[in-house]
Amino acid sequence: MKSENYIKLEFPSKSVNEGFARAAAAAFAAQLDPTLEELGDIKTAVSEAVTNCIVHAYPDELGRISMRLRIMSGGRLEIVVKDAGRGIEDVAKAREPLFTTGGEERSGMGFTIMESFMDKLRVRSSPGRGTTVTMLRAIKPRTGAR
Amino acid sequence: MRISTAYDAGKLVIRLAGELDHHGAREAMREIDGLIDEYLPRDTALDMEGLSFMDSSGIAVILKTDRRMREMGGRASVINPARQPLRVIDASGIDRMISVKGARRQ
Ligand SMILES: Nc1ncnc2c1ncn2[C@@H]1O[C@H](COP(=O)(O)OP(=O)(O)O)[C@@H](O)[C@H]1O
Ligand SMILES: [Mg+2]
Repeated sequence: MKSENYIKLEFPSKSVNEGFARAAAAAFAAQLDPTLEELGDIKTAVSEAVTNCIVHAYPDELGRISMRLRIMSGGRLEIVVKDAGRGIEDVAKAREPLFTTGGEERSGMGFTIMESFMDKLRVRSSPGRGTTVTMLRAIKPRTGAR
Repeated sequence: MRISTAYDAGKLVIRLAGELDHHGAREAMREIDGLIDEYLPRDTALDMEGLSFMDSSGIAVILKTDRRMREMGGRASVINPARQPLRVIDASGIDRMISVKGARRQ
């Protein structure tokens, strides 16, 4: 699939960067002329993926998070959020609604929300080495705009 | 995240404004707990009209507020959720456990 534009960001796993990451993703996605709802979905999915790195991948230390956004032909947006943290033992189980290792401050709904707001969600993880979350979302061209 | 309140006849309304994510959730929950301690309401409504963004960290805040209220024999509810928070609430399915009311919902 041909890549038409991309950005790559790297930042430390500080919670203050959650808001930055989703605002940056929304600013980049704006060139696809998304609706307010599509923009909200992108921000939400990015917030979930980045928060997971901060809370679960690096629970006791600061680590590196990288986020890559790519626009592909046909107005498809790919979002890749990657950490080199502790990884996930059982990805299928982690993706189940309400599953959390985070106690009562977490809801266990992060992956469920990413899945329902994006067209596709892929999670690759190896324990002790890190996790890569890849999301795809098609942004429909609006009639009359462009 | 900004928080303001109104109290009338046993009912506490906690208005949340701004963005509710993991970064602000702990402080928001601390403030909500403090308000419940102060007013000892029968019911607590989280008013989300001014909330421009919420993710699943907000779902945890709603569930925790409801648990807290149930311990006291009351209930928590969500009122007037703005569009984006409502989409997150719908995706999470918590409206099967907690009342969600407002202009966009009966
Ligand atoms: N980047 C990550 N690194 C390590 N573990 C993760 C990561 N993302 C998710 N997890 C695991 O998957 C579980 C479910 O994640 P999620 O659905 O977002 O719910 P929550 O964040 O509320 O726990 C987490 O509790 C955690 O155990
Ligand atoms: Mg999560």
